[in-house]
Amino acid sequence: MNEILKCTGLSKRYGSVQALNRVDLTVERGKIIGILGPNGSGKTTLIKLINGLLTPTEGSILVGGEAPGVETKKIVSYLPDNSFLPSWMTAEQIIDLFCDFYEDFRPELAYEMLDRLGVSKTTRLKNLSKGNKEKVCLILVMSRNAQLYVLDEPIAAVDPATRDYVISTIINNYNPEASVLISTHIIADIEPVLDEAIFINRGEIVLHKTVDEIREEKGMSVDALFREVFKW
Amino acid sequence: MTWTLDKSRPICPQICEMICASVASGEFSAGEKLLSVREIALLAGVNPNTVQKSFEELERRGVIHSVRCSGWYVNENTSAAVEELASLRIKKTEDYLAEMAQLGCSSEEVIEYIKKCQGGTQ
Repeated sequence: MNEILKCTGLSKRYGSVQALNRVDLTVERGKIIGILGPNGSGKTTLIKLINGLLTPTEGSILVGGEAPGVETKKIVSYLPDNSFLPSWMTAEQIIDLFCDFYEDFRPELAYEMLDRLGVSKTTRLKNLSKGNKEKVCLILVMSRNAQLYVLDEPIAAVDPATRDYVISTIINNYNPEASVLISTHIIADIEPVLDEAIFINRGEIVLHKTVDEIREEKGMSVDALFREVFKW
Repeated sequence: MTWTLDKSRPICPQICEMICASVASGEFSAGEKLLSVREIALLAGVNPNTVQKSFEELERRGVIHSVRCSGWYVNENTSAAVEELASLRIKKTEDYLAEMAQLGCSSEEVIEYIKKCQGGTQ
């Protein structure tokens, strides 16, 4: 089975607000894909549906051939857009917690990355800076040996040097069986590592292409195309 | 070698060009083992699939070849890389001439400008 994610006619309404409108999307294994769209376009809604935090109003969503649930959570590693960790714990304690939670968690990898980025293991999260807190979250998520990584705004708060490290972590962790979905609007930094770009606007996918196709056809970078498509 | 990429062009052909140039110039010698796909992806900061695709393209063009369970090697015969580089140089020159023509400059005048610039840097 080569597709890790398949959405068919996926819609989500919040009251009168149509957040996603009949989205059809197939993601193959071994790809790094950017979900790109302006604020309020439906990126986080799509991601929450993938993780079973929301249920579709209409349509279906399959992760590794199954509807989101206990089984899919074993193979999906999810970085939410806001901090999800108890702030009174230290990185060390949280690594222990993740070891208990996820069979595929690799603590040695997490410790290695924490050392590399110089984040203290024994400081409570609430005493870390915003950027360092984000690093801890990302390290935890990338330390799992998952089949689908879903990263919601992974690089928003970190400095440019750390952004480069995050990107090299994604490349280094690349495995042909796993896919990475990254939602962001900081496109320039991540576009060299993407296979495909999905442009999403007002709940609809307006473009889904490989990034080299975009550069070939339009003669511009993905960042430049984004600025053109979503110009005010 | 340095991996400087132009983000407004497809990355795959750019990697092909850089490797051809390095083989043609002798920076990578005939029969030499190349860095792995992942190592190049990390150095260049690009997607490993893109590097893989570039390698496959270069194999089709007769510049490099893969050895099962070992990696990628430069071909013993580097004439394909030399030819690729030559046609790339011609293409770049044509592009430049076309740009200069747009600025209302004939080929003869371009030659004058080139001489002038060289004079300036010496």
